[in-house]
Amino acid sequence: MSNPQQLRYSKEHEWLSTAEDGVSTVGITEYAANALGDVVYAQLPEVGDTVTAGETCGELESTKSVSDLYSPVTGEVTEANQDVVDDPSLVNSAPFEGGWLFKVRVAEEPKDLLSADEYTEFSGN
Amino acid sequence: MSNTSHTPAPEAAGPDGPRHTALDAVHRALGATMTDFAGWDMPLRYASEREEHLAVRTRAGLFDLSHMGEITVTGPQAVEALDYALVGNIGSVAVGRARYTMICQEDGGILDDLIVYRLDTHGSPEFLVVANASNAQVVLDELTGRSADFDVEVRDDRDAYALLAVQGPRSPGILASLTDADLSGLKYYAGLPGVVAGVPALIARTGYTGEDGFELFVEPRHAEGLWQALTAAGASAGLVPAGLSCRDTLRMEAGMPLYGQELTTGLTPFDAGLGRVVKFEKEGYFVGRTALEAAAERAESAPPRKLVGLVAAGRRVPRAGYPVVADGQVVGHVTSGAPSPTLGRPIAMAYVDASHAAAGTAGVGVDIRGSIEPYEVVALPFYKRQK
Repeated sequence: MSNPQQLRYSKEHEWLSTAEDGVSTVGITEYAANALGDVVYAQLPEVGDTVTAGETCGELESTKSVSDLYSPVTGEVTEANQDVVDDPSLVNSAPFEGGWLFKVRVAEEPKDLLSADEYTEFSGN
Repeated sequence: MSNTSHTPAPEAAGPDGPRHTALDAVHRALGATMTDFAGWDMPLRYASEREEHLAVRTRAGLFDLSHMGEITVTGPQAVEALDYALVGNIGSVAVGRARYTMICQEDGGILDDLIVYRLDTHGSPEFLVVANASNAQVVLDELTGRSADFDVEVRDDRDAYALLAVQGPRSPGILASLTDADLSGLKYYAGLPGVVAGVPALIARTGYTGEDGFELFVEPRHAEGLWQALTAAGASAGLVPAGLSCRDTLRMEAGMPLYGQELTTGLTPFDAGLGRVVKFEKEGYFVGRTALEAAAERAESAPPRKLVGLVAAGRRVPRAGYPVVADGQVVGHVTSGAPSPTLGRPIAMAYVDASHAAAGTAGVGVDIRGSIEPYEVVALPFYKRQK
């Protein structure tokens, strides 16, 4: 698998797109999706919620476990991916594309987000 | 992302790290996600566990179950020894047949659930006892101790066997293409020695999936060849390798208990709704008889809790240990929970107060990390195959 170069990554295995008009998209990496197994339920933050970098903002459930979802940035949620709520398997089949989780108007970005190469080294994938 | 809860691992790996089955290289070549299970490094899934589950329900799946613990009991008094050590009527098991049974403590608590195969050759009693991996040492020690006054040999055969299972509606056809053994004459819970793909095997029509299927006990050195032969023979029938994750959801849908979750030393077979495995009518004392007679009476007159099925109205998944609630009160606890691929909704097995255990009881929920999710109480199993 390869981690898209244009994204940045958190050590909690979320990815963040480059902001367009101040809004970035957040998802989990393919490495994380594979580690989870089949995702069967996604609880995402709601539009208008304030999310904080490094803090939990939802959860993803797979057959074997439930995992907290952390926000990689601080800001206000502008959209949650209803397609993923309806069909959580999108997180497995297209983690970097149709399986994105939410969009956020970025107020503050941590300085320690990783590049694709750094994340690949960090995750070993 | 970080995991906040997991299905509890029955036992950690030993000081030398986890054990590997004879099929370890095969699993790695297939890209399996491995997991520690009872001290063994086992395949959790090869690709999608949901797809593996559905393949077993509709076609066929191939499992490595070599972690299971085999113990051979032979000798002139093997029947008497097992009738004393176990709660079942082992004397009534015919040669070539198998029996689901349990080994209990003196206080009636369940030490393990077992399958016992009767394999006598040349008229000399011989039984193969198959224990859960997590309990194999305990069962071996107990059988050895309980056999001390009988003329028998109790042999640790854990390293003598690899165990492969072919499960699913297409498994008879797949296996038939590799053996001359009379599979149509082999009933459910029967086992016979045969040759599969040139490999000597004990062929058993048993499983833990709720489907028709076979378990094949072979020498570890033959395991890889047999796996490859089954894979090739099953390719056109849609057979896929299947891991422990789907094995767990398959057995859950079939309402089958798992030791460590539905079955523990703190429960008798009657508490678990499996009192039928205790055979009081057999002759003589057996370990646990006195306590189990009392447990049987209690279950008859005032059952404390019952093992029931729960089906979610929503999509959040119940996990072992979560409270079952009604009217703001805790009325039970979940022992196993998972998204059910067949039902398309989360399911759970739970011990629930008798007052709330009837199928259709209204107002029952599961406390899923602080939020009460509505659940329907149903009788087990969740799934029964069409025969």
